[in-house]
Amino acid sequence: MKNHNPSPRRSEPPLRLNPSRMERRLHLIRSKILGTTCLLPQTTRMTNLMMMNSPWALIWIATTTSKLTMMMRRSMKRMMLRTMMVFSHKSTTISWQDLIQKQRRNNLSTKTKMMKTKEAMRMTLPSLLVLMSVNLANWKLVRLMLEDEEDQADISQINHRIKEVVNILGNFKELRDPAKSRQDYLDRLLKDIATYYGYSDFLAEKLFNLFAPAEAIEFFEANEVPRPVTIRTNTLRTRRRDLAQALINRGVNLEPIGKWTKVGLQVFESQVPIGATPEYLAGHYMLQAASSFLPVMALAPQEHERVLDMASAPGGKTTHIAALLKNTGMVFANDFNKDRLKSLSANIHRLGVKNAVVCNYDGREFPKVIGGFDRVLLDAPCSGTGVISKDPGVKVNKTEKDFIDIPHLQKQLVLCAIDSVDANSKTGGYIVYSTCSVTVDENEAVVNYALRKRPNVKLVSTGIEFGREGFTRYRGKTFHPSLDLTRRYYPHMHNMDGFYVAKFKKFSNKIPKQTGDNVDEDEDQDANESGPATFMEDEDSTILKDSMRKLQKNRKHKK
Amino acid sequence: MRPLTEEETKTLFEKLAKYIGSNIKHLIDRSDETYCFRLHKDRVYYVSESIMRKAVSVGRDQLGSLGVCFGKMTKTGKFRLHITALDYLAQYAKHKMWVKPNGEMPFLYGNHVVKAHLGRVTEDTPEHQGVIVLNMSDVPLGFGVTARSTSDSRKLQPTDIVAFHQADIGEYLREEDTLF
Repeated sequence: MKNHNPSPRRSEPPLRLNPSRMERRLHLIRSKILGTTCLLPQTTRMTNLMMMNSPWALIWIATTTSKLTMMMRRSMKRMMLRTMMVFSHKSTTISWQDLIQKQRRNNLSTKTKMMKTKEAMRMTLPSLLVLMSVNLANWKLVRLMLEDEEDQADISQINHRIKEVVNILGNFKELRDPAKSRQDYLDRLLKDIATYYGYSDFLAEKLFNLFAPAEAIEFFEANEVPRPVTIRTNTLRTRRRDLAQALINRGVNLEPIGKWTKVGLQVFESQVPIGATPEYLAGHYMLQAASSFLPVMALAPQEHERVLDMASAPGGKTTHIAALLKNTGMVFANDFNKDRLKSLSANIHRLGVKNAVVCNYDGREFPKVIGGFDRVLLDAPCSGTGVISKDPGVKVNKTEKDFIDIPHLQKQLVLCAIDSVDANSKTGGYIVYSTCSVTVDENEAVVNYALRKRPNVKLVSTGIEFGREGFTRYRGKTFHPSLDLTRRYYPHMHNMDGFYVAKFKKFSNKIPKQTGDNVDEDEDQDANESGPATFMEDEDSTILKDSMRKLQKNRKHKK
Repeated sequence: MRPLTEEETKTLFEKLAKYIGSNIKHLIDRSDETYCFRLHKDRVYYVSESIMRKAVSVGRDQLGSLGVCFGKMTKTGKFRLHITALDYLAQYAKHKMWVKPNGEMPFLYGNHVVKAHLGRVTEDTPEHQGVIVLNMSDVPLGFGVTARSTSDSRKLQPTDIVAFHQADIGEYLREEDTLF
């Protein structure tokens, strides 16, 4: 921040007789606030300010915004603390300054130090207010947030503590404090993670348990960084080399994603909006996350096959399938949400797919609408714990109940997907199940359930050479040993969204009778069914309706 | 979903003939597979018979689209070509117009083609003839109607319109809600 003299055209009396550095700064702030004409839309301006990390941002926000999202609140709180520190340490004339000096002299414990600084802040706040004649109502809100118990701890300290605890947990025998148990450390760590990264306690624990402590931190860190922008060449219209050349001519800086795909390009920077170039409009490429290539590559559709995409909007994977089919055979693109059908058909037409049928069913109705497919792709609706960097809302809005409801729906869908496939297909008979979630409940547990309920399928290799193997055991649960053929992808390891891919091969159209004994480890509500699962029973139909309603509600809520 | 009536077929073919003339026959008699036109919720779809047979099992309310959408029947009984038909139109078009790189974006924003942006045009294009607009690297951008014949357009001012805009691929973004 540069120091200017206060602008001369403001005619208020000077703030103090002896203008200190801080006062000049405050005056500057005030003139900034009062004198700025807002040219940008509010949100843009706000993010700009936030990105500059400037104290004006919070003041500006506090004075102009009535509604604050969770994210804004958090960063405001952080910024607040930081800013206040700056103010309190640098000023020389204001009375509470003694407090800090005293505190330094006495070399108090960290906690008390913090308390004192807080105290100081609280004292400065009102004077700041008066000085800047801002909207008091909003300031009250800010102050309330300051008093929030969790925020008493400084954010950088929490970070430090997280690192320390992870270190201790890595070498527990030697570094531990004998008075504390491992659980104590874990509890502390989880609480800190929840605070520092802004997760709900429940979700923080759920995700933390997937990894070793050090890796878990990497995972949480990776969720704060956006993934690279990637595009997929539409081989129905062009070749990757030609597309790359055309885009480079438009000032786009790009490079192939990796050796594993022949159609993907990673965009580093672009002078033009990448979603509105003439090439995009002409359907030469699709904006698509790198992880979205994986399920289609695993599905590996062959020409002249009939393929079903059960949850297809907005059509990235559907058009990829059609491109691999080279517009032969046909693709059924289904999606549950009618509103998303528009963008789905738009993408299908834009990319020149001529063999698609778009329909709007609940995926669970599927073998009844039409069955006998050669291959089925089920990119199931999920909690989205793999795409937190894209949608940070997941951090707080997923509850324990979601992790019962969503897997329940997924289990129903995966059985329907399996039943929609014709095992006698000459070239096919495959089902790919994928989610953009990393939790075990939505992935291995669902696949394991499908294997139990449908002994006429087996897992086969996905055909993708990288990715971590799926869990065969997880926290006391044992899954089918073939689950190591499924693949997990993590943001911190593969620099793509968290993802899960499993590929089934159906070898018989008959569903053999269950032997009975091997089914009862799983304690969810589906476990008590025996034999082939049908959802038309009375008890199930209520559950079905219920979960459909919830799903719709969720979607509305998301919008 | 139903086949087109006699009258609907006539209006559709009249419209298509403006762009592809007698090439319509290539749309109907294809060597690879039998294709047909189907009407569904006022939209006309061009689709292979085998796909159409399979799509019959999808309910009317649930069916979103099948094959390629050519356009829609308006309430007054006219037919309106949509940008989604561009693939086939470009393939069989009789008359084409190429725009220079600096004219690409203005056209994609829905503006008419002006003389200054005109790169090339098929010889002997008459006035008020349906043309496909392409960029200099032969990527179809949309279609329109010529304002002047090829010979007349030579004498025009740089700012004069040579082709009226009808549809462009920018509509995939601008008109997504109304297109489907």
